[in-house]
Amino acid sequence: MNSPAVALSGHLRREARTERVFRVATLVSAILVLLLLAGVIATLVEGSWPALKAFNWSFVTGERWNPVTDVYGALTPLYGTIVTSLVALLLAVPLSFGIAVFLTEICPLWLRGPVSTGIELLASVPSIVYGIWGLFVLAPILQHHVQPWLIDHLGPLPGIGMFFQGPPFGIGLLTAGLVLAIMVLPFVTSVMREVFRMTPVSLKEAAYGLGATQWNVVWDVVLPWSRAGVIGGIMLGLGRALGETMAVTFVIGNAHRISASLLAPSTTISAAIANEFAEAVGDLYTSALFALGLLLFVLTFAVIAAARLMLLRLEQGAVKLK
Amino acid sequence: MSTLRRRRLMNFMAFSASMVATAIGLALLGAILWTLLARGLGAVSVAVFTQMTPGPGSAGGLLNAIFGSVVMTLLGILIGAPIGLLAGTYLAEYGRGTRLSTVVRFINDVQLSAPSIIVGLFVYMLLVIRMGHFSALAGAVALAVIALPVMVRTTEDMLNLVPRSMRDGSAALGAQPWRTITRIVYPAARNGLLTGVMLAVARISGETAPLLFTALNNQFWSSDLTHPMANLPVVIFQFAMSPYKDWQQLAWVGALLITLFVLVLSIIARSISTLFGQHANPGE
Repeated sequence: MNSPAVALSGHLRREARTERVFRVATLVSAILVLLLLAGVIATLVEGSWPALKAFNWSFVTGERWNPVTDVYGALTPLYGTIVTSLVALLLAVPLSFGIAVFLTEICPLWLRGPVSTGIELLASVPSIVYGIWGLFVLAPILQHHVQPWLIDHLGPLPGIGMFFQGPPFGIGLLTAGLVLAIMVLPFVTSVMREVFRMTPVSLKEAAYGLGATQWNVVWDVVLPWSRAGVIGGIMLGLGRALGETMAVTFVIGNAHRISASLLAPSTTISAAIANEFAEAVGDLYTSALFALGLLLFVLTFAVIAAARLMLLRLEQGAVKLK
Repeated sequence: MSTLRRRRLMNFMAFSASMVATAIGLALLGAILWTLLARGLGAVSVAVFTQMTPGPGSAGGLLNAIFGSVVMTLLGILIGAPIGLLAGTYLAEYGRGTRLSTVVRFINDVQLSAPSIIVGLFVYMLLVIRMGHFSALAGAVALAVIALPVMVRTTEDMLNLVPRSMRDGSAALGAQPWRTITRIVYPAARNGLLTGVMLAVARISGETAPLLFTALNNQFWSSDLTHPMANLPVVIFQFAMSPYKDWQQLAWVGALLITLFVLVLSIIARSISTLFGQHANPGE
């Protein structure tokens, strides 16, 4: 009965059964990643349905956000989200480019590890810590030293002067943009560093052979070659900045107001949700906050997906070239 | 000759600027750490670890918040890590090169940088509304959702570092794929997988936004998973935004604790993965 052959076939059958179970478990987990996204979309749509039905397109174009009269328009938070993110990119991209160039071209090998670790640690500092630092350290410095200077010197200028009007509050669009810049810096830097490194050495050496300086090589060879990746990295940073919540909530000022001045307090989509959700009474109010969430989701998804596609294409191009 | 001089000058200026940029980046990290130490370290005391969060205007500690954070982070990892491990295994092993894994990898990468507050809304709808109230369980699920893409990504990357020949050798001995994966591939990638778990813990232990309307907060000690539970990030948020000096002080202590924990964990995870990277056989 218990001949070796029977024992072996039983063993093989058990092995095959475990194999099926394991394979299905991995497949189900992989599909769960997709279902999660579907679930997020479904709940956001479900939650925001009443508000979207009540306000239609005026939800996106409306400027008023009034819980008392139950009128909700997302234009102000949308404006704040986009302005703070653009300010962040304006500041972070040149810095990230400089750091990436330093790490790939100038930095001696022994220093490369510590410096890149230091920059990457900026990414692991929790967002709430950026918030508390921004509110208690950065905002007072801006209020007393930087913003008065901006108001005096840039305020009277035609054109850009309109961005620097009003009293120095310390908190507001500019401060939020500044904190966001620090937060997206490590992400943009690490993508730039990676794509710079992917540049074929033969191209660089050819340029050196023609008498190019190191900077010529960076600007005229590396950057054009990795352009898609650099743009991808910047958009990845943009995606981060658009959705960042806690740090912004601390320093944005939470005022539902659109003003051209970057010094004025405002609000962003994520800050509005974080601030108001727990206290939102009434179904329409809650639903309007869900609709804000849906808007943010669509915005960030589009930006991040486009960024990932660009990076993916660059990677495939690099593989082909090799 | 003047062209050469101009190009050299340009070279010098551009590289000086890039060094300044790097110095600014590192100085920012230094400034943040310095602030945390200067404002938080002085107030670290035994009371912080033995007393509950105080009412407005009185002294106390962070015990219940620390406990809640540990519980929810652990629970989040316990839910998120196994699923992430299996999904990553699918991408690197069974589903290699299939259309499904391309889609899953792409969506996972998108979720990696998706706003965490959206996850809070999702879990609020999924669990908080159904259960009728905020709960630690909902908080843990929200953290698991955030940990998942980190785990999937690192698992796939680390499994791909294990040489194909090892799998072939195992298969040639007659092992079923699952046995090859669990007995050969996982042990070979052990350090890398550990790195993934640590990175996921680092990622979720500082998360605040998804907890705001899932776990909420609790001023008192609670170990009941079906009820609101205090946690460090939300306590920091609430205390820092308050007008009370005692509360603000505790917020700084909490921020210091959480940052040190996350930074140390990130550094350890990085050094493990560098060691692992050096030992991994690049020949595939």
